[in-house]
Amino acid sequence: MNTTRRDLLTAALTATGAAVTTDLAHGQAHDHDHDHQAVPSDPALRVKALESLLVAKGLVDRAAVDALIDTYEHKIGPRNGARVVARAWSDPDYKRRLLTDADAALAELGYGGLQGEHMVVVENTAEVHNLVVCTLCSCYPWPVLGLPPVWYKSAPYRSRAVIDPRGVLREFGLEIDENAEVRVWDSTAELRYLVLPERPAGTDGWNEERLATLVTRDAMIGVAKIATPASGDHA
Amino acid sequence: MNGVHDMGGMHGMGAIKEDKDEPVFHATWEGRAYGVTRAMGGWRLWNLDASRFQRELIAPVDYFEMSYYERWITGLVELMLKNKLVTRTEVETGRPDEGAAVRTPTFTADKVPGFISKGVPARRDVPAAASFRVGQRVRARNINPIGHTRLPRYARGKVGTVDRDHGVFVFPDTNALFLGEKPQHVYSVRFDARELWGEQASRRDTVYIDMWDDYLAPA
Repeated sequence: MNTTRRDLLTAALTATGAAVTTDLAHGQAHDHDHDHQAVPSDPALRVKALESLLVAKGLVDRAAVDALIDTYEHKIGPRNGARVVARAWSDPDYKRRLLTDADAALAELGYGGLQGEHMVVVENTAEVHNLVVCTLCSCYPWPVLGLPPVWYKSAPYRSRAVIDPRGVLREFGLEIDENAEVRVWDSTAELRYLVLPERPAGTDGWNEERLATLVTRDAMIGVAKIATPASGDHA
Repeated sequence: MNGVHDMGGMHGMGAIKEDKDEPVFHATWEGRAYGVTRAMGGWRLWNLDASRFQRELIAPVDYFEMSYYERWITGLVELMLKNKLVTRTEVETGRPDEGAAVRTPTFTADKVPGFISKGVPARRDVPAAASFRVGQRVRARNINPIGHTRLPRYARGKVGTVDRDHGVFVFPDTNALFLGEKPQHVYSVRFDARELWGEQASRRDTVYIDMWDDYLAPA
């Protein structure tokens, strides 16, 4: 059942074609007692060769790949989530719908779909601070936040968010009151989580569009709060 | 499987490295790797759970050495080889074997917007008995399957409380191995941080984990 290291190596190496011979990752020496060889350092070449092969075999439509990339580079990202948060801050009925039936409430704004088919929105308050992680891989609410940043997918965050969330938050510059609850959501199933941050003071009378400019991706993951805008800040 | 991907609670992974001006893709190849993997999913020869399992099978040393999209590509190549979509020679040379069949891609650019807006729902509208109810105390089973599971090691054997019932979903443990969807209830289970980590955790803190019916027993 296991993919052996040699199988993987073969798959990885063979995909590079001519680059196989010399190009080991970072040029680092490795402990040969473990029968280990590094993966080739040129994934760019490997991916290019693979795409060419798949296009030549009629398995991949290059234009579809272009369209997928374009979607996440230009169309879907944290501005979507910011719009949702601003609406929830402005409209108590919308907020109630968002917290009780997130899929329907998000669909009202046109959001849903891939890696956000089943959404849950959790609210930060003075008593509860929510933090989202995927310890097993990299699950993340794409329709509202786009693709995850590298740190979210990385071992340091995935390993520590559940065992030491306060330490993780401190690393992001956020100290949570010891009397408040830090509530960690480990995205182990096909539910995707979005944090509804607290509306900062000093924003009375702001319209949704202006409120949305304050909302950050990190606040919607739960590793940040939203700062009170400096007085005279007319975004 | 008890692999290194299941890293909740591990120590020694270092500091979290934030990049304030991070692009969506760090290099052109990352976007291509992402797009090609998605496009190949369009053949529907495997599923999300199988893709995850394939990446979990990457040997630990390699897992940590590879960047995120290198893992995607490595998993993709393995899935394509298993499904005989490509041969090792083809992957080596980057060219189709002589006489290889040429297909016509079904997942074309015009299908992309619909695919993204619809997604791939994992909820199933089928009747399934819920073995647990909201508010019930439950214990995560101590299972150590060699195959795919979404029950993280740090929760096994621990006692929590069902916080909500998310409805009926495809069961990844069987789906990843193409043994059927086995639809069943998924619950959000609340664990006190101290139940998971002992006295070093704050008595205030909690961890909510989504768990399938088969992962749980009454406590």
